[in-house]
Amino acid sequence: MDEDYDIVIVGGGPAGLAAGLYAARARRRTVLLEKGVIGGQISLTERVENYPGVEAIGGFDLAQTMLRQAESSGLETHYKAVLGLERLNSLWRVTTDDGDYRAKAVIITSGADYNRLDVPGEERLIGRGVSYCATCDAPFFAGQEVAVVGGGDSALDEGMFAARHVAKVYLIHRRQELRASRILQERALADPKFEFIWNTVITEVLGEEQVNGVRLLDLPTSEERVLPVAGVFVFIGHHPNTTYLRSLVSMDEGGHIVVNEWMETDAPGLFAAGDARQNSARQLVTATGDGATAAIAAERYISDRFPVE
Amino acid sequence: MTKPKEVTDAQFEGEVLKSDTPVLVDFWAPWCGPCRMVAPLVEELADEYGPKVKFVKVNTDESFNTAANYGIRSIPTLIVFKGGKPVGQLIGFRPKNDLKRVIDQALAS
Repeated sequence: MDEDYDIVIVGGGPAGLAAGLYAARARRRTVLLEKGVIGGQISLTERVENYPGVEAIGGFDLAQTMLRQAESSGLETHYKAVLGLERLNSLWRVTTDDGDYRAKAVIITSGADYNRLDVPGEERLIGRGVSYCATCDAPFFAGQEVAVVGGGDSALDEGMFAARHVAKVYLIHRRQELRASRILQERALADPKFEFIWNTVITEVLGEEQVNGVRLLDLPTSEERVLPVAGVFVFIGHHPNTTYLRSLVSMDEGGHIVVNEWMETDAPGLFAAGDARQNSARQLVTATGDGATAAIAAERYISDRFPVE
Repeated sequence: MTKPKEVTDAQFEGEVLKSDTPVLVDFWAPWCGPCRMVAPLVEELADEYGPKVKFVKVNTDESFNTAANYGIRSIPTLIVFKGGKPVGQLIGFRPKNDLKRVIDQALAS
């Protein structure tokens, strides 16, 4: 039996939570579907300092506040994974791993996930030395040496966080220069615990029960060597979680959903907000802004398309 | 709801390794967001499994020896112990059904 709602929100990060708050306050019967941790990427952020109006707060705590606020306005939250969507006459049918839903409008806020290296050993050793979150896992490598992969803000920021706990950080980057903001570059280059390995990629993560090293490939010389490390932290970008929507909406090559200023996709009644959509600035504040916009647009769509009986 | 007992390095052998019943150990730390999402699920499971399974928590900040002994590199990590040995493990936040599955598999083993 399908459950009927005005609005289904797919993904419980900040974009989804803001959309849920606005939809609930507009008195639309709304359910938010989340398969993992409420807050999405910010649930792992140790400290949020750039959300206007909030001087400093833990990411998890901020997400919990957003959830409480939305739920006290009437948002329902169900914990399950969305597998797909399909059009059902004038409605959308949302299939999950635990029951299906029918909605007048759907807001996609399924966000983005970390890019992986896609090398042998990586998948097997996730949680056993391979990590995508230094603020989460660096404390477990106290006094040891770790590799950090990437050249952007995350790699340096999280790398420097790791440096406070570990004995040494090998910053491995495939190019000769970093693309992180200047201020972070300055700090990292001056950090005594950092050793930079340029023009190099990891071709394999080594270890049986735990990571004990990585195989490195020097790109200009094609030389390989093994670097003994206890952990590998990967910060090489994100990809949007939108594969389940393929062929339903227009997306760019990277899988980001094409939307207009009102977060409308090219499918009627389908909206996208936050990191899943094209041209997102990928900040907490832009995600919540997108989410609210999408909810307002969805509300208008429902009023127009389904006039009150 | 049952609150799982907090077990320290000193208590680990007595409470977990020497336990007659299987024990689920929830390795966590106060600064870990996903750990806080797992906690209520563990409490619910403690109620549901009753006396068949013992549920305890180990704070990895305070009990770092135990955490190191079991190679904890990421939290939350849940390990099921039977007869003093780890027989099941889950790393990272997982929904309740996944936790149940691992516990049931470990009980059957």
